[in-house]
Amino acid sequence: MTAMLNIKDLRAFYGQVQALHGLNFDLNEGSLTTLLGANGAGKTTTLRAICNMVRTTGAIEFEGAPLAGRSTENIVRLGIAHVPQGRGTFTTMTVEENLQLGAITRKDKAGVISDIERMYDHFPVLKQRYTQQAGTLSGGEQQMLAVARALMLRPRLMLLDEPSFGLAPLIVRDLFKILGKINREDKVTILVVEQNAQLALELADQAYVIETGRIVMAGNAKDIANNEDVRKSYLGY
Amino acid sequence: MELFTNQILAGISTGAIYACMALAVVMIYQAIDHLNFAQGEMAMFSTFVSWQLMQWGVPYWGAFVLTLVFSFAGGIAIERLLFKPLAKAPILTNVAGFIALYSIINSVAGLIWDFTIKQYPTPFGSHPFLGSQLISTHQAGMIGITLILLLLLFFFFRFTRMGLAMRAAASLPESARLVGINTSWMIALGWGMAAAIGSIAGMMIAPVVFLEPNMMLGVLIYGFAAAVLGGLTSPFGAVVGGFLVGIFENLVGTYIPGVGNELKLPIALALIITVLVVKPAGLFGRPIVKRV
Amino acid sequence: MSAVEEVVTEAPAVEAVPKRAMTLGNGTSLVMLALFLVVPLLVKNFIIFQLTMLLIYGLAVLALNILTGGSGQFSLGQSAFYAVGAYTSAILMEHAGMNYALTLPIAGVICFGFGFLFGQPALRLSGVYLALATFALATAMPQLLKLGYFEHWTGGVQGLVVTKPDAPFDLPMSQDMWLYYFTLAVTIAIYIFSVNLLRSRSGRAFMAIRDNEIAASAMGIDVALYKTLAFGVSAGITGVAGGLGAIAVQFVAPDSYTIALAISLFLGMVVGGVGWLPGSIVGSAFIIFVPNIAEGISKGLSGAVFGVLLFLVIFLVPHGARQVAIIAQHLIGKAKKN
Repeated sequence: MTAMLNIKDLRAFYGQVQALHGLNFDLNEGSLTTLLGANGAGKTTTLRAICNMVRTTGAIEFEGAPLAGRSTENIVRLGIAHVPQGRGTFTTMTVEENLQLGAITRKDKAGVISDIERMYDHFPVLKQRYTQQAGTLSGGEQQMLAVARALMLRPRLMLLDEPSFGLAPLIVRDLFKILGKINREDKVTILVVEQNAQLALELADQAYVIETGRIVMAGNAKDIANNEDVRKSYLGY
Repeated sequence: MELFTNQILAGISTGAIYACMALAVVMIYQAIDHLNFAQGEMAMFSTFVSWQLMQWGVPYWGAFVLTLVFSFAGGIAIERLLFKPLAKAPILTNVAGFIALYSIINSVAGLIWDFTIKQYPTPFGSHPFLGSQLISTHQAGMIGITLILLLLLFFFFRFTRMGLAMRAAASLPESARLVGINTSWMIALGWGMAAAIGSIAGMMIAPVVFLEPNMMLGVLIYGFAAAVLGGLTSPFGAVVGGFLVGIFENLVGTYIPGVGNELKLPIALALIITVLVVKPAGLFGRPIVKRV
Repeated sequence: MSAVEEVVTEAPAVEAVPKRAMTLGNGTSLVMLALFLVVPLLVKNFIIFQLTMLLIYGLAVLALNILTGGSGQFSLGQSAFYAVGAYTSAILMEHAGMNYALTLPIAGVICFGFGFLFGQPALRLSGVYLALATFALATAMPQLLKLGYFEHWTGGVQGLVVTKPDAPFDLPMSQDMWLYYFTLAVTIAIYIFSVNLLRSRSGRAFMAIRDNEIAASAMGIDVALYKTLAFGVSAGITGVAGGLGAIAVQFVAPDSYTIALAISLFLGMVVGGVGWLPGSIVGSAFIIFVPNIAEGISKGLSGAVFGVLLFLVIFLVPHGARQVAIIAQHLIGKAKKN
């Protein structure tokens, strides 16, 4: 299996503060990987680093192409969709406009229209509300919208930052089921950053654990879930 | 009663000027989330350029179109050269930049074309409109052009991809980048469009206020006020705001004793601010919810 | 929760100046003080007059720094408070025969009240809306001063002539020099007061409001009180500056206090470094001397030259003189190590 995303010695800085201290990891094509860690560990920073939203040194390669020096929007155009923390919904625009924005860089009008229909199939609740202002949707619905918007790009890689944040457990379960479906059927490689370790490890096939800007554990999701330290620190038993 | 209606109608005519300027103000606000003090000067300069073209024999509508193109390009150039470097600087520093730009344009215009008042032609003629003594054909034409502009802008923002992208970039720049929008170029485009709209405002206003380098200052302030009154995010609000400001100004001048020309401006502004205290986001603006 | 994982919210419009950096170090302050004390002894009267104006505008910029840099409220209306202070002094001196020194605290208190009152309706406005409101105030002031109704006191369009005071106790110095040292004393007193204000609990309240008004309110800060207080203090200091200005220039007239003055003070604040009190004097120097330099370079294009010079400054140091001071500090620190 080829490595779709290759990260070597990644260091990230917020001003003078160093948040990542030399990360090394790979994402295989077609995998569903989760990045676990406590608050402040550097999970969000890692995703932001991939999209060049924070100052970094080190090498990131996507499908063989180096990402260094590219602007965020150019990295996105390579096929990387990023659902940020807080969802980043365009709250003043309608649901449908949000979806259209997801596809704003695409040139195939017909494909976009059919993809919007597909999103409504994945997420029926969005179809009900498609002319509503996105800001009036509930948290769970906005998260679905954010994922749908990311999918409108027809991305090769999707990054999700704490999609479960602030959502009721049942909704999170539904969301994760859909993510699994997208990974298998639409062949989208997914990297999910999560604090909700249990659900994330059930969903993913690969897992990394990050602590204070360093990767401390890597491997199969099942093995990580069974690891005693992980169980004590992140799973609560 | 007749005096009152007359004043209202007169107010609507002058209001068209402010409405036009207010559209340019809203345009730039959509792009950069801020007001540009130099916009009036840019409109004035564009108007002078069109005048110069006509002096050189170019017919009115030819000069109009050429000036539009020049203004669009000029707006983009100014943004790329002078304000892109300031993108990471604090907002107040950018405001100082607008003031500097104002100073430069005003001074250069004064040097090239001096400060004597010039006549500026109107394509609509200046006869009474439909026989009415209050609205001339030019003023009717001005109102017409403003409404057409409004429709075009509405269409642009609501139904085109570029318009959607610009709205997204102005609303949430980071999210816009995450869908692949080049937010930096959206800003440049916003400047270009605002400059073009401003030039139309200038070319419509000049026949009424006469062409000279300081012609836009009062208009710009009323334009700001109108845009703010209408709600800074709404082109429709800007136009309504413009007409309302025109009416306010006229009524204040006519009915409040002792108010000469000089006090009209502060009183009109005071009225607008009163409205804002009651409706902080303007008449048609979206209420802003701030998160901690 | 560490800063790294926080959700990004709207950044404050006015950036914070760390408390430590609010003033110059002790050494630098002493050097500046020495310069201010000694230089007037060496130059002609007209230069002394310009130095006095430097201090006076420095005070006005300082006041704006407290309001905008301190409490985050954007004001284009300082010229109105300056005018009220100037006219207060002039009227008291010329119509009531009051001693010039006494007029200053009165001007300060009246302007404080005026600013405090203006701050009330301004509470509901912020950003561009507040800018518009203060702009309205600034444009109204010259017109109000010209009103026939007040002409008996204000002198109408012509304004009032103000008598320049002599040095007291028959001290052997010119009027200009005496006025300079008097102004210097007032300036130092107000500067020390302002620094202490910003370091005090009130100052912290201002800055909390500037950085995040909702959070400040949630912490129990009486936002309304502190915002109006900031307006009042800022207006009061500007009023004192206006009074001093009236005495130094020897007359007051409505067209001396237009929106152009308010805009100049704003530029002075930006060039000096928003929220950095010592920068006020640098900003003041910019708005006094650079227009003259511009006119010297090209009379016909003086406005354009001024604009270009202003652009140069904000390109090189977008954060104003404070940025220069920080760079200087770094270089000195480096030099000390080697």
